[in-house]
Amino acid sequence: MKMILFYRLALTMSLVVFANVVMLAAALAQPVTIIVQSTTSTQNSGLFDFILPKFTAQTGITVNVVAVGTGQALKNGRNGDGDVLLVHAKSAEEQFIKRGFGVKRFDVMYNDFVIIGPKNDPAKLGGTVGILAALAKIVQSKSPFISRGDDSGTNKKELQLWQKAKINIVEKGGSWYRESGSGMGATLNIAAGMSAYTMSDRATWLAFKNKAGLKILSEGDPLLFNQYGVMLINPSKHPHVNEKEGQIFIDWLTGKEGQSAIAAYKLEGKQLFFPNAGR
Amino acid sequence: MLDRVEPQIQSDAMQQAPDIAVSFRNVEFSIDGKRLLHKLNCEIGKAGKTVIMGPNGAGKSIFLRMIAGLLKPESGEIFIPPNDSEQQRSADISIVFQNPVLLRRSVSANIAYVLKQQGHSKKTIARLVSEALVQAKLEDRAQMPARQLSGGEQQRLAMARALVMGSSILLLDEATANLDPASTFIVEEMVDVASRAGTKIIFITHDVRQAKRVGDDILFLHKGRILAHKPKDAFFKEPGSEEAQAYLDGRVIE
Amino acid sequence: MEEIGNAFLIAFDLLRSRDAALMEIVQLSLWVSIIAVAISCIIGFFIGAALSVYRFPGRKVIVVVINALMGLPPVVLGLIVYLLLSRSGPLGVLGLLYTPTAMIIAQILLITPLVSALCLQVLEEFNREYDEFFRSLRLTSLAKIKTLLWEARFGLLTVGLAGFGRAISEVGAVMIVGGNINHATRIMTTAIALETSKGTLALALALGIILIIFSIAVNAAVMALRSSSKVQVHA
Repeated sequence: MKMILFYRLALTMSLVVFANVVMLAAALAQPVTIIVQSTTSTQNSGLFDFILPKFTAQTGITVNVVAVGTGQALKNGRNGDGDVLLVHAKSAEEQFIKRGFGVKRFDVMYNDFVIIGPKNDPAKLGGTVGILAALAKIVQSKSPFISRGDDSGTNKKELQLWQKAKINIVEKGGSWYRESGSGMGATLNIAAGMSAYTMSDRATWLAFKNKAGLKILSEGDPLLFNQYGVMLINPSKHPHVNEKEGQIFIDWLTGKEGQSAIAAYKLEGKQLFFPNAGR
Repeated sequence: MLDRVEPQIQSDAMQQAPDIAVSFRNVEFSIDGKRLLHKLNCEIGKAGKTVIMGPNGAGKSIFLRMIAGLLKPESGEIFIPPNDSEQQRSADISIVFQNPVLLRRSVSANIAYVLKQQGHSKKTIARLVSEALVQAKLEDRAQMPARQLSGGEQQRLAMARALVMGSSILLLDEATANLDPASTFIVEEMVDVASRAGTKIIFITHDVRQAKRVGDDILFLHKGRILAHKPKDAFFKEPGSEEAQAYLDGRVIE
Repeated sequence: MEEIGNAFLIAFDLLRSRDAALMEIVQLSLWVSIIAVAISCIIGFFIGAALSVYRFPGRKVIVVVINALMGLPPVVLGLIVYLLLSRSGPLGVLGLLYTPTAMIIAQILLITPLVSALCLQVLEEFNREYDEFFRSLRLTSLAKIKTLLWEARFGLLTVGLAGFGRAISEVGAVMIVGGNINHATRIMTTAIALETSKGTLALALALGIILIIFSIAVNAAVMALRSSSKVQVHA
């Protein structure tokens, strides 16, 4: 009697395994898919959920986005684990092309970074426009500041700014300077939890739902400009790359439809990304 | 990895004594340096039911387990004719322990289990199982989970299972020690039937009355030595040693 | 604190409305983990049974290694699997990265040591009980393994549930090898991680509550199966 039960269980198990195999096989046989390695900030802003369905409707190509930190996205690109790269770290991207991992780099869109901080603003930034001055105030007041610390586009920009402000953050950064080593969302959660300052791209900030007691305390400085670029992973290095579909995506993104789709994406009435492919 | 006695080469003497069931030659055994069996020599005949008796610590269980192949002698040899091959040996000996070891399945499944291991056909198994159930008087318990049986019933099941294997030697290690009189009676009956059908019975018991009732010859062990091996009546009339006499009288011996 | 209250409301709302996105994620989570556990059990039970029955030089070392592997951080395992399945890696040609199969593979590698070690533990006790009996029947090692596995079936069911618990709650490895791709490799745990990073904490918590509910359902179903059979077999 128990044997029957056992066999029933075994049969169910086999069916489950079989069904999964069929499912996977079906998935493999599906219409063309490309993999885009992009960043968590772009993902979290909701941009992809808005523009990608338009692309798929037009071309029938499904886009799978893997959202990781910029550093990881570039590494994945180097390993050939994807077809297209969409990140915001221009010099790193140019290096990528130079070393032959990517084919060609195109500007796609820009937005800007902002300094977020607690409402009571201990560093007295009070809407300071000059970012370098704002950073100096933070250092002076030793107010808690959360850095991405993860080699992301945002992180690279932050470090560039410390440099431009002639502040040696490695030296000057005491216990008030915390490196989260995480994505933008996690970093913002930490900032919210610690009532600390941090630098974020505007899109992620606007889309972020745990603003707690934080608000924008410095914005507008041209230095806070944040450029996004797109590249096709080099098929000569990685023959399996979906070159054709990947290029279709890049052309679409930098062309009329893609650019207007980007411009059309609004959150709470505010446009988050500004197309500048200039084609 | 060998956990049983290796097959021995038969000596001419053995081949000329076909009515010997088990033979020990200079068998010694120790655990952790303590000698438990001292140069044992004996021959147990095929005829009759042999009883092993002796105080605790005499080495009775070790002796029995050596016959079963569960323990290896440190030195010396054990002959169980005809011991041509391991396979033949293995089919030939069953053992019933003091506490029955039953599988977590029904009564009939327990019996069927050993038959399946022997490779019998489904039909044969079904037939043998129902015969065994009748013998053990467990017919109405056939589908019950074995572990739900009473102590006496469980031991009867263990007996039935051991007998159904059709071995030439059946060993019992104080098999009825914990049983009620009714179950004891049934087990003794099963032993009797098996013995008359040709199975050699060797059993350990502390129950002197049982020994007198069931046994044909007695093998008395004391501190790892055989002090007597005689026909039943002879032993009880004249135990042959102070220790044996003390044991029968119920006195403590050194 | 009100996040938690909110979370329950959101959770029940999502469940009641059978939210399509939620159902997709739940289904994938269950598929991945159940398949991973099933395969891990097949492998793990035989490893555990073999270790309990066979004695050979180096056995103790293997047992120590398996026990140690139980403590392997999932994210490290995920990294290793990623390096194996990456296009630049040895198994890159299979193109398994960022698919549910990769997640199943990672979970199998993660749970098998656990299942093996627990299975060995369970069988050791049965082995002690049955050892002399088996030897008196001169059973082959294979016969011993088969018998032990069947005798211990209820204990092994619990071992399977332990494996399932570990699998369904895992996030580090599946994130790396699956990529948390929407409609493709997004499961409960990675979805929770995503919502947390978006700051939608109440929703993240709600997903967590739903995950626990489904996990309880699976456990309950298995336990019901177990006790109905158990009553028939044990005293």
